[in-house]
Amino acid sequence: MRDLFAVVMMLGIFGLLSASFFVVMDAVDVAFTEASVGAGISTLLMLTAVTLTGRLEDGERHRPMWALVVVFITGGLLIYGTLDMPYFGSADAPIHQHVAPRYIHDSMQETGLPNIVTSVLASYRGFDTFGEVVVIFTAGMGVLALLTMGSRTGIHRVMADSIFYLMHEQHLILRILTKILIPFILLFALYVQFHGDFGPGGGFQAGVIFAAAIILYAMVFGLSTARRVINRTFFKLLSAIGVLLYGGVGVVSLLNGGNFLDYNVLADDPVAGQHLGILLIEFGVGCTVASVMVIIFFNFSGRREFP
Amino acid sequence: MLIQLPALAVILPLLSAPLCLFLRRSLLAWLFTVIASGLTMLVSITLLQQVMASGTIVYEMGGWSAPWGIEYRIDKLNAYVLLIVSSISTVVLLAAHTSIEKEIPQDRHTLFYVLYLLSLAGLIGVVITGDAFNVFVFLEISSLAAYSLIALGEDRRALWAAYQYLIMGTIGATFILIGIGLMYQMTGTLNMDDLSRRLPEVAQTRTVFAAYAFIIVGVCLKVALFPLHRWLPNAYAYAPSVVTAVLAATSTKVAVYLLIRFTFSIFGISFSFTTVPLQTIFVILGLLGIFAASTTAIFQKNVKHLFAYSSVAQIGYMIVGFSIGTTTGLMATLLHLFNHALMKSALFLALGAVMYRIGSAQLSQFQGLGRQMPFTMAAIVAGGLSLIGVPLTVGFVSKWYLVLAALENGWWPVAVLVLLGSLLALVYVWRIVEAAYFNEPPAGRGAVEEAPLGFLIPVWVLVTANIYFGMDTRLSVQVAQAAAQSLFGVSP
Repeated sequence: MRDLFAVVMMLGIFGLLSASFFVVMDAVDVAFTEASVGAGISTLLMLTAVTLTGRLEDGERHRPMWALVVVFITGGLLIYGTLDMPYFGSADAPIHQHVAPRYIHDSMQETGLPNIVTSVLASYRGFDTFGEVVVIFTAGMGVLALLTMGSRTGIHRVMADSIFYLMHEQHLILRILTKILIPFILLFALYVQFHGDFGPGGGFQAGVIFAAAIILYAMVFGLSTARRVINRTFFKLLSAIGVLLYGGVGVVSLLNGGNFLDYNVLADDPVAGQHLGILLIEFGVGCTVASVMVIIFFNFSGRREFP
Repeated sequence: MLIQLPALAVILPLLSAPLCLFLRRSLLAWLFTVIASGLTMLVSITLLQQVMASGTIVYEMGGWSAPWGIEYRIDKLNAYVLLIVSSISTVVLLAAHTSIEKEIPQDRHTLFYVLYLLSLAGLIGVVITGDAFNVFVFLEISSLAAYSLIALGEDRRALWAAYQYLIMGTIGATFILIGIGLMYQMTGTLNMDDLSRRLPEVAQTRTVFAAYAFIIVGVCLKVALFPLHRWLPNAYAYAPSVVTAVLAATSTKVAVYLLIRFTFSIFGISFSFTTVPLQTIFVILGLLGIFAASTTAIFQKNVKHLFAYSSVAQIGYMIVGFSIGTTTGLMATLLHLFNHALMKSALFLALGAVMYRIGSAQLSQFQGLGRQMPFTMAAIVAGGLSLIGVPLTVGFVSKWYLVLAALENGWWPVAVLVLLGSLLALVYVWRIVEAAYFNEPPAGRGAVEEAPLGFLIPVWVLVTANIYFGMDTRLSVQVAQAAAQSLFGVSP
């Protein structure tokens, strides 16, 4: 396919379909993440990239035979690997026998969370999640380091403003609908953020949804309008603050005599400590994810505005 | 507080990175980064002492015991690699302030240090952890930071080089992830220690075989083992000088560490070396790598490219030592990890000094530099001698043990080939010496001054280490031997 727009759309559909698969396989938390990240924000970011590169692939098409061979070998090996796998849903598969029973039986007493996925994600394997937040932070810093544009002359700014003025005065229905939708999207993001302990959700999804609201605003009303509301330095520092909040919880548990990220020592009652710790770290995740997404979007589309 | 040291080794650089973002001034950010990296080095030194004195340290993240939670498990092997990574990072960092002044625009200095700290934290996190999935997470941190750091190079080709590395590195990381997923499916655990106990039961299944294949290929991409090395030369050549120095010395070493960890500790020697014909494949690829890359290095016009190809060749030596499959062979690999990190950081940092003064690393520009930058060129010659493996340098120590291991095993053709490979190193190092000392400076180039002290001090610290550890081998040999023996299950 030569049309990059179609390619991106296909990827979005792929993300949505995988999310549906995950729902069928009873992994709703994963499905939610895949829907918001795979089908949602990454499609959006890729579309922003397509506006920079142009819609059609140009130049000679080379046919990399070796790449195809490698793909076939990899695919073959993957299928070969499935031959001896335990059957899907089989109760005596090792994954259901070894570590999982403790998560299923004891996580309620140990962490006080009804959602087992969140208890594994945020507490038992909380350090991995910390690492993942840092991965996102690193991505944001990488984009900032490579794409930040220096200060531009006023002429460009005026021209860009007039282009955006034309574009954004015309789509009246779109603008009104967006204005109606944005508060609800933000509210939903907050719900997802704080409901992660009880149902599917958590900082990652909430951050992405929150960022989607801001990106929607910027797309419909123009980047310069959005910049009046959103301070870029603020978002840069917010992404750091999210990581620091997460790590800070860990450092406080160190100072209270526990191990890094041991929430039991955060309060007198271990379960209350777990609750407090998880609430704080999820909030840190949300801050970093939302601000990094906004940073990436603004830096991508900022380049288009001032070519 | 001593109990918390394992956590500190990672969270010091990891939390310093977001903090560093708040520092606007370049000098301040640099000082902060040097302090953070230096403290990490102190922590690693203490950890190594503790491990050598009293054995493996286990640290449970979040207070959850393994395999439910994530544990850090520090034995002699990773304490040793931790020391290499953190100390090289600290010494190279001393030159960063001077070097990036010329190579990176002022407004990106803070971000440079943030990414540097993230890359350091990622590498340390990969080495220190005892959890297979945690390896992947921290590998991603270090890789993403490394891609961005490389792309910051002033040459526009840096972007293309970083992109190539991004694609190859991501394929490598995905393969590792697939492998970890398959292992999890067959054992139900992600903890390395637990995996090593539960894998033998299911070792004969096709799923475990596929897992092993994916992990080995993925790690070898990161190692830049010939013929998967294509991303490396350009990435090293176009990255900012400091970044090249630190990545050349640490990131492929960490990947070699992972290779050792996965083959020896997790899958076990009997599985790795009997079920799969790994030994033969690795000896052949290692030797091919030594010869192909050294020969290519001889014909390079850019000295950064030259040393980058030489790095690919040196990785070949490490893989040969590893594939001999004896304690001495593994010991040679571990020694070469340490020694090669010392050589290449010294060499690339000295090249950074040349870049700082003449703005280019083309071999033709090196003419006459021997008299104009005597201390810098002397450092390059010393590093080059170490690369060849001349006695009284660290390069000799690792070659000695490698040849010894090959002979012990009766593989005398391998020993001969390893020595022949050193002759190739002599040729490419000689080309630089010839240009610098036996040619007149090119016409039209004005007077060139010696590099500033900001460069000379760290460069000479590293060169001195090259010579010191070449003569007093107690630290490196003892630790490498202990680590190799513990991996083979021999109690020292």
